[in-house]
This record gives sequence, structure tokens and C-alpha cells, in this order.
Amino acid sequence: MAVKMVNLTIDNHPVSVPAGTLVVDAAKKVGIEIPVFCYHPKMDPVGMCRLCLVEIGRPMVDRATNQPVLEADGSPKISFGPKLETACTTPVSEGMVVLTENDKVSEARKDILEFILTSHPLDCPVCDKGGECPLQNLTMRFGPGESRFLFDEKMRLAKQVPLGELILLDRERCIQCARCVRFQKEIVDDPVIGFSQRGRALEIVTFSDPGFDSIFSGNTTDICPVGALTTSDFRFGARPWEMNAAASLCTHCPVGCNLTINVRREARAGGRDVIKRIMPRQNESVNEIWICDKGRFAYHFTESEQRLTEPMMRKGSELVAVSWDEALQAAASRLKKAGEKTITLAGGRLSNEDLFNLCQLTSGLGGQYWMHGTMGGGDLLAQVGVGQGTNLGEFGPGSAILVVASDLHEEAPVWWLRVKQAAERGATLIVASARPTRLDRFAKCVIRYAYGEEVETVTSLVPEYKTDVSEAICAGIQGILGAENLVVFFGSDGLGLEGTTALAAACMELLVKTNHFGRANNGLIAVWPNANTQGAFELGYRPAADLASRLAEAQVAYIAAADPAGDDPALAEALRKTGFIIVQELFMTPTARMADLVLPAQAFTEREGTFVSGERRVQRYYPAVRPISGPRPDFQIAAQIAAQLGFSLEERLASLVFQRLSEAMPDFAGLTYQQLAMVEEQWPLIGRHDLYFGGTGYDNHQGLGVQLKPAAQRLEPLNLPDVPELPPLQAPEGAFLVVPITCLYDRGQTLLPTSLLHERMEKPAIYVHPKLATRVGLEDKQSFQLVLNGISTLVQVIFDENAPEGAALLPRSVGVPIQGPALAQKEIVSG
Amino acid sequence: MNELQKQYPDEIRQILAKYPPEYKRSAVMPLLHLAQRQNGHVSPSAIDEIAEILDVSPTDVVSVAGFYTLFHLEEGGRYRIQICTDLPCALRGAEHFLKAVCEELGVAVGETTPDGLFTVEEVKCLAACHRAPMFQLQGDGEIAYHEDQTIEKFRALVNDLRRHAQTHKEAA
Amino acid sequence: MSGYVLLRHRDIPDLHKLDVYLANGGFAAFKKAVTAMKPEEVLKEVMDSGLRGRGGAGFPTGVKWSFLPNKIWPHYVVANADESEPGTFKDRELLESNPFQFLEGLMLSCYAVQANVGYVYLRGEFWRIAGQIDGCIADLEAAGLLGEKLYGSDYSLRLYTHLGAGAYICGEETALLESIEGNLGQPRLRPPFPATAGLYGKPTVINNVETLANVPPIIERGAAWYRTFGTEKSPGVKIFSLSGNINKPGNYELPLGTTFRELIYTHGGGIPGGRGVKAIMAAGASSTLILANDQSLDTPMDYESTQQLGAPLGSASVIVIDDSVNIAWLVRKTVNFFKHESCGKCTPCREGTFWMDNIARRLISGQGSLKDIDLLYNVASQMQGKCLCALGEFSTMAVASGIEKFRKDFEALVKT
Ligand SMILES: Cc1cc2nc3c(=O)[nH]c(=O)nc-3n(C[C@H](O)[C@H](O)[C@H](O)COP(=O)(O)O)c2cc1C
Ligand code: SF4
Ligand code: FES
Repeated sequence: MAVKMVNLTIDNHPVSVPAGTLVVDAAKKVGIEIPVFCYHPKMDPVGMCRLCLVEIGRPMVDRATNQPVLEADGSPKISFGPKLETACTTPVSEGMVVLTENDKVSEARKDILEFILTSHPLDCPVCDKGGECPLQNLTMRFGPGESRFLFDEKMRLAKQVPLGELILLDRERCIQCARCVRFQKEIVDDPVIGFSQRGRALEIVTFSDPGFDSIFSGNTTDICPVGALTTSDFRFGARPWEMNAAASLCTHCPVGCNLTINVRREARAGGRDVIKRIMPRQNESVNEIWICDKGRFAYHFTESEQRLTEPMMRKGSELVAVSWDEALQAAASRLKKAGEKTITLAGGRLSNEDLFNLCQLTSGLGGQYWMHGTMGGGDLLAQVGVGQGTNLGEFGPGSAILVVASDLHEEAPVWWLRVKQAAERGATLIVASARPTRLDRFAKCVIRYAYGEEVETVTSLVPEYKTDVSEAICAGIQGILGAENLVVFFGSDGLGLEGTTALAAACMELLVKTNHFGRANNGLIAVWPNANTQGAFELGYRPAADLASRLAEAQVAYIAAADPAGDDPALAEALRKTGFIIVQELFMTPTARMADLVLPAQAFTEREGTFVSGERRVQRYYPAVRPISGPRPDFQIAAQIAAQLGFSLEERLASLVFQRLSEAMPDFAGLTYQQLAMVEEQWPLIGRHDLYFGGTGYDNHQGLGVQLKPAAQRLEPLNLPDVPELPPLQAPEGAFLVVPITCLYDRGQTLLPTSLLHERMEKPAIYVHPKLATRVGLEDKQSFQLVLNGISTLVQVIFDENAPEGAALLPRSVGVPIQGPALAQKEIVSG
Repeated sequence: MNELQKQYPDEIRQILAKYPPEYKRSAVMPLLHLAQRQNGHVSPSAIDEIAEILDVSPTDVVSVAGFYTLFHLEEGGRYRIQICTDLPCALRGAEHFLKAVCEELGVAVGETTPDGLFTVEEVKCLAACHRAPMFQLQGDGEIAYHEDQTIEKFRALVNDLRRHAQTHKEAA
Repeated sequence: MSGYVLLRHRDIPDLHKLDVYLANGGFAAFKKAVTAMKPEEVLKEVMDSGLRGRGGAGFPTGVKWSFLPNKIWPHYVVANADESEPGTFKDRELLESNPFQFLEGLMLSCYAVQANVGYVYLRGEFWRIAGQIDGCIADLEAAGLLGEKLYGSDYSLRLYTHLGAGAYICGEETALLESIEGNLGQPRLRPPFPATAGLYGKPTVINNVETLANVPPIIERGAAWYRTFGTEKSPGVKIFSLSGNINKPGNYELPLGTTFRELIYTHGGGIPGGRGVKAIMAAGASSTLILANDQSLDTPMDYESTQQLGAPLGSASVIVIDDSVNIAWLVRKTVNFFKHESCGKCTPCREGTFWMDNIARRLISGQGSLKDIDLLYNVASQMQGKCLCALGEFSTMAVASGIEKFRKDFEALVKT
């Protein structure tokens, strides 16, 4: 559909913009700055703050003839209204004349700023926002030079109101622009903060429990145009001008949100760089200008005191510190001896470069390499992953999104947000899940199945199989048939390796049968547990169903960024049989404790690398802090071991590793770090020079990344796997079914060191529907010994009406090992 | 938590019937009025319950309650004596009347009598300018106008209300 | 004048009872409309009558109704019974004593725009009146005058009350709609106007109680008859709420175009103690102050003539100020009202009313300086033309006109 263009002039610049564009945006596009406070380009205009007042004229039309009235020189006569108009609420119209610089407008800006400042405490010297404050900046540019308001008559209001444990409100600084309230309501559908009172007494309140109960709360501090909202993490932490900024990526989920890490060198940290805060970095195809609170706050693990700093070797029963030389030699000699009896096990938080060197090393030895994890199907994304050019931000009428077996709000919050917004723009959203999720409310069609029926459900959505299907499935099929584009998200809600692998195959079949693959905005997305699970798949890593026996038989297990012993007692058992264990890690994990050799690795903040997101976008992250002494990058350790063994891997720079990687891997062919660092102009314009427009988030100079073309888009033949049929899940008498679910705030290794989030973290508990509870004799809030796979753990029962009646829900990574659906028994503790 | 629903099931049904089902939220003000009927203010549990009935966040409910002056989130006297001292009333002696009332009850504006019965408040125009001095009495779930006031009339009313409260207490 | 058009209860006792209202010709107009007139015909009659909105803006009622697009349904009609402008108490009398005439007008309006649901938004303080209106609606339903298929036609109609809770701003029509929708009563951006996107985003007519009470006689007796009252551009009768320093305050139903002098001296019985009139406010607290003199006292009260004095007629709440009153005190009263009622949504009104209140308080407590008078004037001018809705503009009227016309009163309060 061709967009109608509208011509107007702004301060004598001719401008042509699509119909419907607001004057404020039209001006911005040609570099004319109309200051705003309440307006935010990501939200509907409200016209409240009145700062954007400009003079607007429109061509006069003769009522009688309906013809434009002309001046003597033949140009259209323009009529200006008596009042200034808000540029943020006025759409452009043909022939409009906008004046943003004249005396009347300057006077109005000064007036409005003066009004705002009458109530403002002007405590810039102690304000966190000082130095990056729209109010401060705009006052300097457009405001009055002095104060006519009597200091004594200023409102005195509470200055440190905790809206929750994460966000603090300074009531004196708030200018009632409602950006935060509108963000919570319009953008993230979490109206947990609001205005109370009215007039000058208008104030932000929250009545949620816990306070400001939203996983997107941190974003409000970015878009707050004053220092009214600050995070308790950063408050009084540093001044903006003291900090350096490094481009990075979030490592907590597969979305791949672009971040900026702000750091400062601090004497109390021995002159080291200290991370002061994480900010979003704009990438309109990935996270726009938002991040979730986990991404924002859960970085503390990188600077934890518990980090491993020296290589350690088992001597007798003790692990003792050794030099890198000794450690590398020991590793090399053990690996050499083991040869093909080597098994490498890697985690999905390693970079592509790390993973590449590790697999090269292992292959060189003739060994096998595996991924640690319980979610499969990633290999299929190489065939039918979303096509290059996919952007959920473009989804609207004519597009459809199917989400199966995933609670996106918990597992990949920014995808949840983008899918929700796509649905609000008119995309058809189909949600298939075993339990209600926060996406349901935006779905055209919600398909509810019982755990275990995931594959069947997806298969029944294939239109040509249409037999006798339920109403919801029918609606789903209609939605798919009516769509030009279709993206399918699949996750691991209630599923283990077997289930997810089968589900991926079913999703692929659906996409192929409906011809939704091989092009932009079509294809499959996996909701992975880690930031680079997809990258591991790309490099040939696979999760192994029989990992335990493989580990048990191995002479050397080389384990990097994975904690099999901590995650799965069966794997711990297997490792006891392994000949020699090398662990490359950040922390002394249960697996590291079992190791014969422990190699300390650098955190991602200390080095550079690339990840592949669930949308198969290859993105770069950069070093943010100078590395602590001791640990080395994973890829380098692997290369140094390889060197001892006489084969050459790139050990100098991640970029050089990447170069080799792109030569070796067809999907990456031709990709370079330079390409990944390329940017093009994004809308809205936000960032450092005009914070008032989009907030304090960072604009992107360091790369938007490159989406890989799936095989189908390269027109390679498809290889459709069979969709396996899984045996139904049925609990025998005395037992009940427990399935794993993913929660945002779990107790994983990278989350626990962030004490700020402790209040919100999941406890060892299972969510049980009251009916199921009655059946198996459990009571609300009761603690009991849950026996899963022969292992007994103390957990709490939490009644949950939203849980299905057929299975109890157990969050992953909360201290109770669970790999997939499992049968459980209870063992009530007395007393 | 289902106090309102237990106590006023019919009223709630009637209220909800006024608005299109997809705009349940419209019922927030009527429900706040209902919640205030019993003891003159909206309790936190009522806030939660209204939020639940209407499928909105409790913050939304508090927010609405906070905007409007007739809703009270804090407990006040059983009767709020709300005297209009706006311009037209003031031109007819409302401010003197306010002073007399405060003296009569021995409290300042905004304060509550020690027996917890009366809170004196100053309010804006109540559309009774021709019958000033006047006040409205908010209490016992009602709002009643008392117009063409004198301090004698006021005294009589206060005595009535005191007696009423006393007999209620004895009955209870 | 022979008999009242609006305040008919003053002639007919117990007119608030349905049987009495019916016995006196009640619902003849509604019956005529539903059974014998097309909606467009009802609309045309109102348009021809020249009836203008009595809520303050004086916008032609028929024209307003005609704006509703026929492509978007349903339509709604909302009666504005928020009556909160200081000095205004006319709608209250209609609601209390002649409620059926108002309701019949509302029903006619609904019929004209083919709305099947109408709401009556009452200020929260009208708690008792709301109960009474609920009773009236129940009586109408029982009598078959509201409900399905009225008079055997295809037309169905339901009316509901919605009770506010103390907020002047909810008289502003878009704030009122927000309030019905369960939000803070803060005005919406316009456009879109309620006529195209009003209640629940649907085309909506909002009319004042008094405006609607005029409709049944217009339909019953015709536009030409209605135009026998008032002036060419401001036809009809108007209820003037008279208050302040006046012997006989109250509501007076008079033709538009009656002079201030007639209202104040003939009907209102003059000023207590025989004092002189110093100033007149014609539109409640939102008024531009009118300096009382022969010329202004002889000005007819219709929308055009009053405007000639630089003062809109508004809702015709005439507050009389005698010569004992210091205008600075009066200005503080109005400013304090607006400060209390500002919704807080837009900057100039939220901050400006707060600031003006501070300065005015300082002045009347003798703490102010001559500079403060200028500052006060300056702040008021600084607000003008920048607010999101009319409340903010209203708040500056008495300030600006007060200082312009009665500066001496301010100066008298400054200790030198
Ligand atoms: C601040 C403000 C307060 C208002 N208060 C009232 C009111 O109490 N009653 C009323 O009928 N109109 C009031 N109005 C006018 C309404 O917005 C609206 O114009 C009117 O209800 C339309 O009805 P009408 O055309 O019948 O006059 C107010 C307007 C503003 C700006
Ligand atoms: S002028 Fe502004 S603050 Fe005042 S009532 Fe209107 S919108 Fe609200
Ligand atoms: S009113 Fe336009 S930016 Fe606030």
C-alpha cells in the first residue's frame, strides 16, 4: 500500500512526510528540534506538558468556491490561528506552515519551562539525572534565566519514595508528564503505577504487591525526563559524565537485547572498572529501546567476589592453585591421551568464538562435542528459521504469530512485548499453551491443550490435515490461512529434550506445509534458555539424550560454561565415572568441585564476541571493563590447549576467530566483524544529544547485527524430519505429573549474585492446582519432600488456579533438578 | 475479601448492568461509592475487591479514588460537615458560619471531634449559592444538603446526630 | 410572561411526580416524536428553534446533534448534570422539581440521534437527586415510556445515572466522558470531538440539563413559538442563577436579552442595605469581571451583547458584587477555586493556578508588594492560550479583568 505523502514547510524548510505524521516528528526528521516532555515517539501523544507549542498556519480556502485563497504573489495565503498549537498532537496537513523559532514560540517555551520549574526543587547537583536530564538541558536552551517563584512557597514533598525495591520516586522532581504511567499501561500492559490526587497535588502512586510489580519497570527511569524515577541499583552511583559506555548484549535470554554498559574506574575497587548500570541500546529490529529488569539489573555476577581467578588442579583430594602453564600442559596431556575418548560439553552462554575453538579442538582430537541443555530443535532453524529481514516491529494486519509452549513474558520478555504490540497493530496472534499466560489477552485465538499434547496440537493446525478439530484449532487454522506472513515461536514449557525436539519438527512441518518459510517475516523461532543456544546449534553442538552414559564412558570431559552436576543428579553420577574432568568456568559450580582441573574464564563483560539470537541475528558485544587478572577468554584457553597439542587455533582476537568461523561455516559465509558493526539510521531518533525525545537509552553506533539466511532462503533443499510421536503422559496411582516451566527470576548462577532481585526470585516450590492438590493430598503453603527421579527435595506447595489440573508446575533452576516431564511422589515430613 | 460482593450482590449487579460488558471499568466510581457506604471511607481490601470485580489493577482504583474529593481513603469522622466557603457563599457570610461551626465543635478545619463523630471540612461551590450559608453532610452512606443555615439550626442538627449515634451504640 | 417554560413546577405543584407531569401534557412531545416524526425532523425542529447550549459555550444544539456520523454506531447521549460552576444552581432546581421535563428532553435528544442508551452524569454531591432521578427512570420504565419498542415502534431506549464524586473538571465534556469510563476526570485531546469519538469511542452528544429541558416544549409547540422569546441570535428563555450581594437570590427564568438591571433590581430586589453594585460576574467563577455602571447594567443578557462587554455569558450565573467587596479578595477566591479544581493534566493550569493562588494569598494577607500585582497579572497572561482545556483559561479571567479594572483594590492591600 502506497503511503500518501504530505508536503509542508517547517521554518521555511520544505518537508515531505507520510500522512498521519505528527508535526513534532516531521520536524525531528529534518533536524528541527521541537522540545517535548510528555511526548514520546513510542507512545500516543497526550499534549499535556505544552512545551511543544508552535505556531501553525494552514492554507486559507474560500468557502464559497472551495478554492485556495492566494496572496498577491500567487502563493497560497496562510491563516494562523490565535493560539499556538501542540506539535506533538497535531498531524501534518498539506500546505501547512509550521514556525518553531519565532518570538511567540520562544516566549511560550520560556513560559512553560518557568511553570514547570516553579514546582521543581532544582536540586540538580545531587540528582542522578543531572548531566543527562532533559529538563536541565531544555531549561539551559529555552528556559528563563531566573526564578520569579518564591523559594519558600515551593511544595515540599517526599524525596525518596520506594515504589518497590527497584525503583525510587522523588515526588518533588516529578513533572507529571505521565510518561511512566503511560508506558506501564500502553506499552507493557502493567498499569501498576498511576496518578492520585489532582492539580498541583497530582502524584505517582503504586498499590501493587510487591511494589511497582512489573518486569519492565526500569524502562520508566530511562524515559522519565527528570530525575524523579531512579533505580535503586544506580541511585547515587555515579554522575553520567564520569562513566564510559560500552556496547554489549544481554546474556539472559535468546532475544539478544542490545545494551550499553556504563562503567567507571573506582579507587575503592583498586582502580578497576566498575559497572555502574546497564542501559538499553537502540535496535529497532530487536529490542527497540526497551529491556527487561533482568537484563538491566542482573549483571552483578560478572563482578562477583566469588569469581574464579586462578587455574586449579586436583592434588590428592584438594583443588590447589597452579600456574596457567601447568594447567594448560596438564589439560593438553590428558586430552592427548584421551584422544577420541574426549567429550566436550559446552553451555549456551558461550560466544560463537568460544564454541568454535572448543569444537575445533575437540574435532582435532577426534572427540565428540555436545551442548548442555534440555531443549532441542535448533538444527531445524538453520533450515526454516526466520528469514533474513524479519522484524517483529513490522508485523500488523496480514501477519500471524503462533506461540506454542512458551510463556514469553517470563522466558523472553522483550519478545512478549513485541508480539503483544504486533497483535495490537493487527497481527493475528495464536497462543497454544497448557496454561494461561499473559499473552492470551492479546490473542485472536487461544488453544489450550494438556501437557503432552503439544505436538498433536501443532500438527492439527496444519490445514491440510484438518479433520475433526476443536473450535479453537479451527480459529487457529483460519488465522494461519489468512496470513501472508507467519512466525512460529516454540518453547519448552512443560517439555524436555525429547518433547521440544518433536515439537520443533511439528512446527517446521506446519511452516513448510503452509509455505511460511524461506523469506523475511516467516519461519521458526526457538525460545531458548540461553543467549547463544542458537549459536551453539549453528556450530554443530547438539544436546544429547544419552549424555550420562557418554560422560561416564569418557576419558576426559572438557566442560565449559555448563554445570551438568548441579543441574542433574544423573549427570553428577555419571561424572563420577569420567576419567578426568576439566571445567572452564566463572564460578566454583558443583561440576567444578568435581573437576580435576579448573580453568577460570573471563566474563562476557571483559571481552568481545558474538552471539546468535533466537531470531538468528548475529550480534557483537564489546569489552566493557578491563578484565580481572587471572581468567582468560574461553576461546583463548581452548586455543592455548590446542597449541600444546600441536594444532593451530586462533588465540589472539575474537575477531580473528570469527574470521575462521565464517570461512568454515557456510551459514556465516562472508560475515565479518565490520559488517556486524554497521548501523543505519533508526526511527525514532533517540540518544545522547537529544535525550528529551526518546530518553536516556543509547543510540546505536556499534552495530545492528546481521540476520543469517536460513537454508530455505538460500534456496537449498529442505530436509523435513519425521515428527515423532511421544508416548502419552500418565501418572499411576500414588504419583503425579510434574513439568518444568521457566520463570524470569530463577535462582540460576548468573542471577543469584544480584541481591537486588532476591525478593522476586522463585523459591523452591511447585505450583499446583487446588484440585490436583486435593487428589494427591497436598495443602497450600505446605512444605514437603518431593521425590523426582528418585531424588527427594524439600519444596513448598503454592496453590495456583491457573495451573492445569493434570500436572504440577516446577520452575527450572530453583534448586530442584528437573529435565522434562516427570512422575513425582510426595514424602510428607512430619513436624 | 468478597465483602462487597457478599453484602451488596444486587447493587453490584445493577451497577454493572449500566455499562457495556466490555467497559466494566466504568463501574469503578459507583463501586467506590458503594464501598464507602458502610464506614465512610474506602478500605484497602475494598480497593482490592473492586479491582478484582472490574479486572483492573488496584492502583487504577486508588488512582480514581484519589482524584475525586468525595472519596476518602483515610478514615474521618462519622459525619463530614462540608461547608461551602466558595465565592457566592462567602459573599453571604459562609466564612463566619464556618468559624462559628468550628467554635461550636471545638475543632479546626480538617479536624475531627474527639468522639469521632464530626470532621469539619471546607469545600467548593455546591450549587446552593442562593441558600448560603450551607453545608453538606457526608456520612452514613448519604450526602444531605443543609441550607439557609444559622448556628442555632446547626446546633440542633448536631444534637440530633449525637443522640442518633448514642442510641445506635446502645442498640449495638 | 404567562407561565414558565422550564420552571413549570412553580406553577404546578408536585410536577416531579410522573402522574402529575403526564396529566399536564408530559411526554406528548416524546410520543409525537417517536410515533409521528422521523429523527431528522426532531433534529430540524431543534435546529430551527435556534436553541443554544445552556452549559456555558452557547453552541447551537441542533447543529451539535447533526455532527454525529451515521456510519458509526452506537450513538450515545450524555446529559451534563455536573453543575459545579460557582454561582450556578439552575440545573439542580430542574432536576429536583421538574425532572421529567429534563428526562423527556434527554429522551428526545436520544431519539433524534438514534441513541439507545443515555446517561445522566450528576455531580457526586447531587447524591439525593441521583436517587430521585433513578426513581424517575424506574417510573418511566414501569409506565412503558422507557424500554423496548416504545409506542410500538422499533425504537428502544434505556437511561442510566452515573454519579460523580466531587470534581468541577468533570463538567468539561471530555473529562466527563473519562469519568464515566472509570478514569481520572482529565480532559481529552480534541480532535477527535465527542460527536465523532465520545463515550467508549463512539459518537456522543453531550448537553446540559437546562438545554435538554428546553427540547420538549420546542417539539410540542414548534420552533417558531420558541423563537418568540429572546433575541434573533439568542432565542428562547434562560434560567439566570442570581447570587452574591442581592436581596432575593435564586433562579429566574427570563427571556434571553433581559438586562442586568432588570434581573438585579426588578427580580432580585436590589442590593442589601441599598449599597451600590461594584462588579458583576455573569458566568460564575469563570467570569470576566464586569465593571458595574449604567452602560453595563443596561446591557441585555444574551450571548452576543454580554460578549460586547468583553465578558461571556457562560451559564448565566450572575454573581452580584457590592461596593463593600475588595476585588483582590474576590480574585483570590476564584483562583483558589481553580487551583483546587485543576485536574493537573497540563502544565500551565496545574502550575499556574498554584502560583497565582500563592501570590493572591500573599497579597490579601498584606504580605504582597506592588510587584506581586504585576506578577499575578503576568502569570495569568502567561497561562492564556496555552492550556489544554478551558478550565485553565477560565482561571485567569477574574485575575486579569480584576487587575485591569480594579487595580486600586489590590494596591490598597499592599503595605507601603
Ligand atoms: C471546566 C469546565 C466546566 C464545565 N462545567 C459544566 C457543567 O457543570 N455543566 C454543564 O452543563 N456544562 C459544563 N461545561 C460545558 C461542557 O463542557 C459542555 O460544553 C456542555 O455540557 C455542553 O452542553 P450544552 O451544549 O448543552 O451547553 C464545562 C466546561 C468546562 C470547560
Ligand atoms: S486546563 Fe489543563 S490542568 Fe487545567 S483542567 Fe484543563 S487540562 Fe486540566
Ligand atoms: S504537550 Fe507536546 S510534548 Fe508535551
